Amino acid sequence: MTQNRTPLAGAIALASALLASPVAAQTLDMGVTGELASFDTSQVAGGIWESQVLMDVYEGLVKKSPDGEVLPGMATSWDVSDDGRTYTFHLREDAAWSDGEPVTAEDFVFGWQHLLDPQNASKYAYMLYPVVGAEAVNTGEKSLDALGVASLDDGRTFQVELTAPTPYFIQLLTHYTAYPAPKHAIEEYGKDWVKLDNIVTNGAFTPEEWISQSRITVSRNPEYYDADEVALDEVNYYTVEDRNAGVSRFRSGELDIMREYSSSMYGMLQEELPDATHMAPYLGSYYYVFNHREDHPTADPKVRKALSLVVRRKVLSEQIMGGTFLPSRSFVPEGIHHYDVQKMPQEGDMDERMERARQLLAEAGHGPDNPLNLRLRYNTNDEHKKIAVALAAMWRPLGVEIEMINSEATVHYQTIAEGDFDIARAGWIADYNDAENFLSLLHSGVGNNYGAYSNAEFDDLTDQAARTLDADERETLLEQAEQTALNDYAVLPLLYYVSRNLVNPAITGWEDNVEDDHPSRWISFEQ
Amino acid sequence: MLSYTLKRLLQAIPTMLIVITISFFLMRIAPGGPFDGERALPPEIEANLMAAYHLDEPLPMQYLRYMGNLLQGDFGPSFKYKDFSVTELIMQGFPVSLEIGGLAILLALLLGLPLGVIAALKRNSTIDYLVMGTALAGIAIPNFVIAPILALVFGVLLAWLPAGGWNGGALPNLVLPVAALSIQQVAYIARMMRASMIEVLGSHYIRTARAKGLAESQVIWRHALRPALLPVTSYLGPAVAGIITGSVVIEQIFGIPGIGRYFVQGALNRDYTLVMGTVVFYGALIVLMNLLVDLIYSALDPQIRHDD
Amino acid sequence: MTTDPLSYDGDRHATADDLGPDAAPAAGESLTRDAWRRLKQNRAAMVSLVMLIVITLTCLFGPYVLPWGLSEVDWNAFTASPSLEGGHFLGTDANGRDLLTRTLYGGRVSLSVALVASLVSLVIGVLYGAISGYLGGRVDNVMMRFVDIMYSLPFMFLVILLMVVFGRNILLIYAAIGAVEWLDMARIVRGQTLALKQREFIEAAHALGVRDSRIVTRHLIPNAIGPVIVYVTLTVPKVILLESFLSFLGLGVQEPLTSWGVLISEGTDMMQSAPWMLLVPSVFLAATLFCLNFLGDGLRDALDPKTR
Repeated sequence: MTQNRTPLAGAIALASALLASPVAAQTLDMGVTGELASFDTSQVAGGIWESQVLMDVYEGLVKKSPDGEVLPGMATSWDVSDDGRTYTFHLREDAAWSDGEPVTAEDFVFGWQHLLDPQNASKYAYMLYPVVGAEAVNTGEKSLDALGVASLDDGRTFQVELTAPTPYFIQLLTHYTAYPAPKHAIEEYGKDWVKLDNIVTNGAFTPEEWISQSRITVSRNPEYYDADEVALDEVNYYTVEDRNAGVSRFRSGELDIMREYSSSMYGMLQEELPDATHMAPYLGSYYYVFNHREDHPTADPKVRKALSLVVRRKVLSEQIMGGTFLPSRSFVPEGIHHYDVQKMPQEGDMDERMERARQLLAEAGHGPDNPLNLRLRYNTNDEHKKIAVALAAMWRPLGVEIEMINSEATVHYQTIAEGDFDIARAGWIADYNDAENFLSLLHSGVGNNYGAYSNAEFDDLTDQAARTLDADERETLLEQAEQTALNDYAVLPLLYYVSRNLVNPAITGWEDNVEDDHPSRWISFEQ
Repeated sequence: MLSYTLKRLLQAIPTMLIVITISFFLMRIAPGGPFDGERALPPEIEANLMAAYHLDEPLPMQYLRYMGNLLQGDFGPSFKYKDFSVTELIMQGFPVSLEIGGLAILLALLLGLPLGVIAALKRNSTIDYLVMGTALAGIAIPNFVIAPILALVFGVLLAWLPAGGWNGGALPNLVLPVAALSIQQVAYIARMMRASMIEVLGSHYIRTARAKGLAESQVIWRHALRPALLPVTSYLGPAVAGIITGSVVIEQIFGIPGIGRYFVQGALNRDYTLVMGTVVFYGALIVLMNLLVDLIYSALDPQIRHDD
Repeated sequence: MTTDPLSYDGDRHATADDLGPDAAPAAGESLTRDAWRRLKQNRAAMVSLVMLIVITLTCLFGPYVLPWGLSEVDWNAFTASPSLEGGHFLGTDANGRDLLTRTLYGGRVSLSVALVASLVSLVIGVLYGAISGYLGGRVDNVMMRFVDIMYSLPFMFLVILLMVVFGRNILLIYAAIGAVEWLDMARIVRGQTLALKQREFIEAAHALGVRDSRIVTRHLIPNAIGPVIVYVTLTVPKVILLESFLSFLGLGVQEPLTSWGVLISEGTDMMQSAPWMLLVPSVFLAATLFCLNFLGDGLRDALDPKTR
């Protein structure tokens, strides 16, 4: 739907559209919160907004339905060996790149090697580490051929060898790191293959124009096997970094979809645009890391428990965040396949908990004579600030003094990785729909385990789960692992993320889902 | 005049060297690096990245490498925007920044100068107070407040103009950002013009001109305006600097693809090459603007000659 | 970053003429008294002065009178609108903290940043300018060349880089801003000094064998004080705006401290749902900037001998 920028321009556009063709071209104008780093999936930085563009222009072995279910994509079907370590994908006959060349298993072999090639220094290469040889290839120990992938049957079959049965492997294939790369184009143009004149893609859309910091335009890919089913002719992704601006531009009709709004505007939007304001559970966990390293007061489980007891999550969710986060007493968010989240127990009313917390702190040697001073770090952001301020106020009655330090994300994560904090803000949005994606953050020695939490029992349970093929058995192990971590007060779960979108009510094919994935190929405007 | 210009350009070389060196080392001693983010990277991947961008070399080596590339006009690749080189980003963004910046200066002069003159001529009248009161509002309200209010009022509530976006520089998309960017400069220029006009009108030779019986309009047009413009001319340099700073905010709020945002974004993300690129570019721009202003100044002021 | 217009003719035009034929150097006392008398006749300036004193005193002592603390949370009043019954006369913020209390504490930070930064720039600028102008010749040339180089630095960028390197440290905000602002001051004082040092009383002091340092501190600086005071009143509002700009970029002071810039930047986000969060700090900021500008104008008129 072409937008009416001004009444006059709108009238002209409308008139010319009527004259030109009986059916008006359908253009979707979507605001995204950041700029894509690259159309080369090995160079992408990991922003949530990036996967939106990439899933529209590329398609992996599988794809997503409007409600987030996994559907066959480039592969029509697949077989899994009995030991769960060999996957054989049968590719569709009519899959083609936007220049008409067929998509073959060679493109997947090439694409995955491209991602893991140390020369390409891909930030997200480790997503494919479950594949045999992937880590060795990525570190440069082995050549690209050592990767456990193969093109069979003249490129109609793609086979993958895994180091261990990986029950979430199909889920993982929805991530852009598992997309194919156009071997023929990259061999022809080298590094310049991503330039708009050269690029070919295999998704429902293909890139047309890119004005840095302003807009990316993609148009329907006529070679796409389902091209007839794709309603939109064009999608414009506008980079909208200012949160006020996104809402203003949606309200003025310049954007059909805005992929985020500020939590402080939720109430106002609900009132003014009730049909357009979407909010839905999201696979993301907002939590605080406790520092378990020696010499930090938070290394004492009593201190961690005391701090946990007096947190009022409902206040955080409803009063501070206006309902745009949900209270959470688990580390793994709700909505994960094959998993029942484990929750911290809720003990007694606030007065009792306060009393109990005071006792615990006294037992840990903190009191009026030895007040507890903690250093809390968060990355610069209004929402993080509000939550930090609220928590500091909740802990103050215990005699806990919080020193708050905010810094930009690069510094924040580097500092907490080095361990220079007592409590630190962190968050995790699922890369793929599996509990392992969250629980691995608490495994000893993992880079993202900022608090250096280490519990042999927890490690054991998750390691065991990684080797377990049976889905139910694996679920039990992972649930036990989460319970172990919660009993240790390993981290302080606070809130679940929710997805927040503004969607023009005239749009069909948009369904809220826990992964907040909305491929444009399903979207159309009501006529 | 030519030799003066050449001399000034030569003097710009050490200036630029200082700018580049300070920014290079400040950026490198800042904590955090371009690859630190929400997700910790496995050490081997981080090593790959460091090697790919030559960040594993000793700092002086990196500095020399950067300077060497710079001499060949190569600003290097951006760490964040992988499909563009820094040169491409600046070349794509600068015309946009120049357009809204240039229009904002122009608007500031077109509004500010007449307002200042009128206020000076009607000194202490209602008009004077009205003009100067409004001008003060432009000085007293930060532009990051003015801009979203303009977008809300004219973009959403009245729906006269787009609330944001660039749209290839279409006129309706220009109005709000240019207005927001120039408000502060209109205010400064009007105030300055008023002050210098009042001063000139009180000087001996204007009194002489009046005494000779020249018509008031002639006194103002022929004799007062030119000297009164001098301080405004020398303010143009700082005005450009002000516009550049303002564009950081305005481009972000209105989603305009200029280069104003690159510096701040780059500095916060530790996109070393992008930060350096914008600093070098803006440094050169400011040097040139200062030179230009001095040349205009000497053209206006008969007492100054750059003959040496 | 803008440089204020009114200071701008300092370097180029400061000749002996500027002080007027009757600026009696020995009569420092009566000069001040004279200026004070004229300032008192300027109603706008006097009202502004009183307002400024009131705002400053309110920020200093208000928090002791108000029932709420800087980071005290009212668990029953999150984002509450202004009301007398709830005890939050100007509402609360999103964390349930009393907005008036926080605005007053924020005023302390904003005003002290402005004051300290201006003083830093004053000390550096005055000494630098006076030494350069007084010594003259080659030293003057080199010193002023250095100022020229500094002028070409994209300063706003350097301030941002400094904030990025050293974190959000309030002392650093003072220092960084002060270090930026001394250039204009140095030029003005140098101009004044050049003009003054040809006057008889300086030459007389010379002839009497008074040491250079003494001549600079005892004679030159006190006599250049007029334009300097004017300039300081114009620097303070610039610094306040600069601080708010940094806050908008997320480089402001750390919680639980706050400043007007931080509060306004938080307020823009809540513009529609909780307008008081934008209005309250904006009114304080705008009023302060208004008053400083009026006072600056008044002081300039009062200290400028030509308007006598």
